[in-house]
Amino acid sequence: MSIKHGLLALLSEGPRYGYELRSSFEARTGGAWPLNAGQVYTTLGRLERDGLVTQEGTDDEGHLYYALNDAGRAELQAWFDAPVERTPPPRDELAIKLALATGLAGIDLAAVVQRQRSATLATLQALTQQKATALDAEHPGPLVVLDALLSAADAEARFLDVFDARTASRPNHRGDR
Amino acid sequence: MTTVLQLRAVGRTHGSGGSEVVALAAVDLEVAAGEVVSVMGHSGSGKTTLLALAGGLDAATTGEVLVEGTSLTSMSRGERAALRRRSIGYLFQELNLLPALTAAENVALPRELDGASARAARREALEALAALELDGVADRFPDDLSGGQQQRVAIARALIGERRLLLADEPTGALDTVAGEGVLRLLRARADAGAAVVLVTHEPTHAAWADRVVFLRDGRVVDESRPRAGATR
Repeated sequence: MSIKHGLLALLSEGPRYGYELRSSFEARTGGAWPLNAGQVYTTLGRLERDGLVTQEGTDDEGHLYYALNDAGRAELQAWFDAPVERTPPPRDELAIKLALATGLAGIDLAAVVQRQRSATLATLQALTQQKATALDAEHPGPLVVLDALLSAADAEARFLDVFDARTASRPNHRGDR
Repeated sequence: MTTVLQLRAVGRTHGSGGSEVVALAAVDLEVAAGEVVSVMGHSGSGKTTLLALAGGLDAATTGEVLVEGTSLTSMSRGERAALRRRSIGYLFQELNLLPALTAAENVALPRELDGASARAARREALEALAALELDGVADRFPDDLSGGQQQRVAIARALIGERRLLLADEPTGALDTVAGEGVLRLLRARADAGAAVVLVTHEPTHAAWADRVVFLRDGRVVDESRPRAGATR
């Protein structure tokens, strides 16, 4: 999973302590999926238990350092080598809502779609504003994450267009309002 | 903020009687200096008609279009032409570059028509081309340029001078995603510097560069969206 491999990836740059890992994860991915301290320490504990990282002792300030070992390096390489699996797809509320709406009387499909389109565009606009800043940022990581989120919102907007076109002639579609 | 473009109950009908087609029906829209407004809608929803009316390239059947407070219908033909040349930049799907003129000459043309000296117009043209990373091709003819370069020359021509109203219709057509993004950032920067921008597009990711997105359907405004509150800016 992403936290485990995310921490392994950061540790491949050298030994780090927990708080450091948490902040560099956010700096590199843009804070769309912030980690809490508990997740970081729990994950480090599991990585150590599974023999993928090793404790490196503490510094003067008492920070406990972890380092990647050979098994951890192999696990990280395997993660980069394998495509990310997305099956089964997560339950998609919008697809389910529209699928059900097409069969129900008294639902104004055009209005449902337009409200969603407007909300999706608002999301795209907000992400684009963040992207305008990220384009000039030093590290490209946050831009990569924003591009992924933008692509997903873009796909949703396109899906709405396809849905709109497909249902335009349906009897309960008030497209001529 | 100063309103640069104002559409008051603007309608455009083609034909008459039984064959009458309503391209745009009583649309109200205001675009202020510093603002990018995107117009979205299916083909035939009236997007391009709206842009043509806003730019004085077509005349409204009903209602009125005001640019910087002056109604286009109250202007003489000459006044309208001068306004189009000086104040309005057009970025349309058809590039309309003149094949007998070099890139720099194409870009300088509106400034020369406006009375700028050839030397001053060329200097401005070279600056506009440089802003689009086209310094190297200033003296080439359109036919010697790639599609993407031609597109950017057309954009430089639209942006040259003090254009207070920029009207763009799918302006990134021939460009790849990243180059297209450069054009959108440029429009955004122009707005941030005080221009009013209307961007017609069917691409959600392009529309997202706007402050407001207006949705057209069958010639009417059906909805509008703004960035979700809490967005960083």
